[in-house]
Amino acid sequence: MSQRAPLLDAFLSALVALGLFAPMVGLETTVGVHGIVLVPRPLAVAALVGAVFVLRLAVRLWQARRPPAPAGAGAVRIGRAWAGMGRFLVPVLLAAALLMPWVASRATIDLGVLLLTYVMLGWGLNIVVGLAGLLDLGYVAFYAVGAYAYALIAENTGLGFWSCLPAAGALAALWGITLGFPVLRLRGDYLAIVTLAFGEIIRIVLLNWVSLTGGPNGIAGIPRPTLFGLRFTMTDDPGTFAGFFHLVPSPVQRQMFLYYIILALALLTNWVTLRLRRQPLGRVWEALREDEIACRSLGINITTTKLTAFAVGACFGGFAGAFFATRQGFISPESFTFMESATVLAIVVLGGMGSQLGVVLATLIMIGAPEMFRALADYRMLIFGLALVVMMVLRPRGLVTERKPSVTLGRGAAAIPAALIAEGHG
Amino acid sequence: MRAIFRLPPGLACMAGMQHALVESGLDQDLGLGWRRVASWRITRGVGLAYALQQLINGVTLGMIYGLIAVGYTMVYGIIGMINFAHGDVFMIGAFLSLIALSGLASLGITAVPLALAITLVFAAALAALYGWTIERVAYRPLRGSFRLAPLISAIGMSITLQNFAQVTQGARVKPLAPLVPGGLVLTRAGGFAVQLSWMQITIAVTTVLCLAVFTWLVTKTPLGRAMRACEQDLKMAGLLGIDTDRTIGLTFVIGTALAAVAGLLFLLYYGAIDFYIGFIAGVKAFTAAVLGGIGSLPGAVLGGLLIGLIETFWSAYFSVQYKDVAAFSLLAVTLVFLPTGLLGRTDVEKV
Repeated sequence: MSQRAPLLDAFLSALVALGLFAPMVGLETTVGVHGIVLVPRPLAVAALVGAVFVLRLAVRLWQARRPPAPAGAGAVRIGRAWAGMGRFLVPVLLAAALLMPWVASRATIDLGVLLLTYVMLGWGLNIVVGLAGLLDLGYVAFYAVGAYAYALIAENTGLGFWSCLPAAGALAALWGITLGFPVLRLRGDYLAIVTLAFGEIIRIVLLNWVSLTGGPNGIAGIPRPTLFGLRFTMTDDPGTFAGFFHLVPSPVQRQMFLYYIILALALLTNWVTLRLRRQPLGRVWEALREDEIACRSLGINITTTKLTAFAVGACFGGFAGAFFATRQGFISPESFTFMESATVLAIVVLGGMGSQLGVVLATLIMIGAPEMFRALADYRMLIFGLALVVMMVLRPRGLVTERKPSVTLGRGAAAIPAALIAEGHG
Repeated sequence: MRAIFRLPPGLACMAGMQHALVESGLDQDLGLGWRRVASWRITRGVGLAYALQQLINGVTLGMIYGLIAVGYTMVYGIIGMINFAHGDVFMIGAFLSLIALSGLASLGITAVPLALAITLVFAAALAALYGWTIERVAYRPLRGSFRLAPLISAIGMSITLQNFAQVTQGARVKPLAPLVPGGLVLTRAGGFAVQLSWMQITIAVTTVLCLAVFTWLVTKTPLGRAMRACEQDLKMAGLLGIDTDRTIGLTFVIGTALAAVAGLLFLLYYGAIDFYIGFIAGVKAFTAAVLGGIGSLPGAVLGGLLIGLIETFWSAYFSVQYKDVAAFSLLAVTLVFLPTGLLGRTDVEKV
């Protein structure tokens, strides 16, 4: 790196910060009677520039004190630690997830439902991005298809959540294949932009097809799920959960029910992914991620491989969407913006591509932490964006970088360190 | 009209045929038919004039997209990453322009060409500083790392910039009174005047000037040579003594300066900006870059013009709501048949 003295370096950084912040922070444009009026804020600029100076100086001094570690050594060490902890972490997390609703408050259960929804989306996208190596920036489209499929079928036919769930998944999978076909020949970033475009197209259509989807007003009054026909309403007639079991009706019962539905759906996603990884299909996905040309030369059918990855990933996205619709009782296109796709992709990448445990940890950080800081209001997303950059710079390969081989001879094969894992280019 | 725009032969032929039809129709039925034919004739005239107006509007919009797309395609060509934050730098550029224009107005500098020139330099320079800083902070540490890491970092940067603008400048839409009103009336047909506004001329002239300077920079200067070398083979360029980090940094500087110019033009043309314009314009411009063939500089401008034209014509003749669907669908269809875009090079697959 640069050989400049720390003090000079910090001064130059502060100078850059002054250039960045002086107009944008220092002069606020407010709408006055005669057009735009500039309101100066010199103190804010001074504070920011000072902070940059101090931070840069601190980082440089800290670096000078500590000899740089060989590149990647730290990452491998932490990766090992995670992998070792994984053996204990998984049962602990699972037990915590199962028992949590019995001890937690309503707000915490709500947060748990949100976290599990993102865990499920992350696991679903992990099939497409993590296993098959296909960069999908429009995953939210399948989430939206699932949500709207459930809402529309339920509204028009009167069927319940459980009857509609397979249909929502199947429709999302169908859309996955529909998207998959034209983009089969595309690779890398071309694929990324087409999937992004596809996500936007779905959102725009949902927004403007008012006669079907209600447009920006969305669909309200989506039926809630039932437990073998028992409703979770606040009455105690025999048709309700509380009435049947002679309990006092309480909204917590419904929340716990929702919590266990999404937990079961997420665990189903995980189980299917883990099973598929051991089967020919999953192994072909991973082979495709590692080297498409080698796959083709070995006679693997690239078309079906890619389409199944899209379809299976989309199907789980559709399930999550149907759950989202039934949980909220109301959906509108606003819930399915590009930000959602970006967040889910960030969860997958930050977790460490292809790692199921990584998705859970990344969700706890990415969704859990911002929920804790709701009080920061406007600054919350600013900090979220910065944190995303910082986390990627510090751990570019994600939290869980090591990967267990899918198929091994004998027991106890060593995990593969990150440096040896190809990243694919599909 | 003919003095300025020569119709392509096919279109002229069609217009002629329609004309002949009108004449024959006039002979056949008089009375009621006369009125119908007359209205037809006016409709035809208005139709062409309307189309011409859309062409002008579409090219103007396309130029703005093209300017942004150049930044995407340059960065992609050299380091192979989608710089998601590019659209947001465009937004920052628009805000910097608004701040500069307001500041100049309050200082009493109201001569429009002077104010525009100062604003252009100010916004381009500071946006370039943003571009350089973003590259330095969010992308350089990730160079040579895992492929998706810079992408996520870029998405994080994009979220950061959007919310930075929202927090510091407020979420409200900022209006700007038109600086260059009026325009030339090219032709009139049946009460419909085809107008080429001074603003559109300003945008066209600025875009062409910027692209000319940019082309000179890339083709004739040592920096441009270094950039092209890095684009062909980053590692080899480094081995041959090119400071690749500096070249990549300067690529970001140039790309973001062009995006800031686009931001200024957007502000002038639409007269209203908010912190969210960057995302939409960014996605469109990236679509334009991919459509033209990512990595190809003329392709980016061509793609920008095409996206601008499609959007404008679709809004004019079909529905405004689905204009983005039209642009994105065209992208998908183009990529199915030309997987590397219109002017892109085919990737050589190495085993």
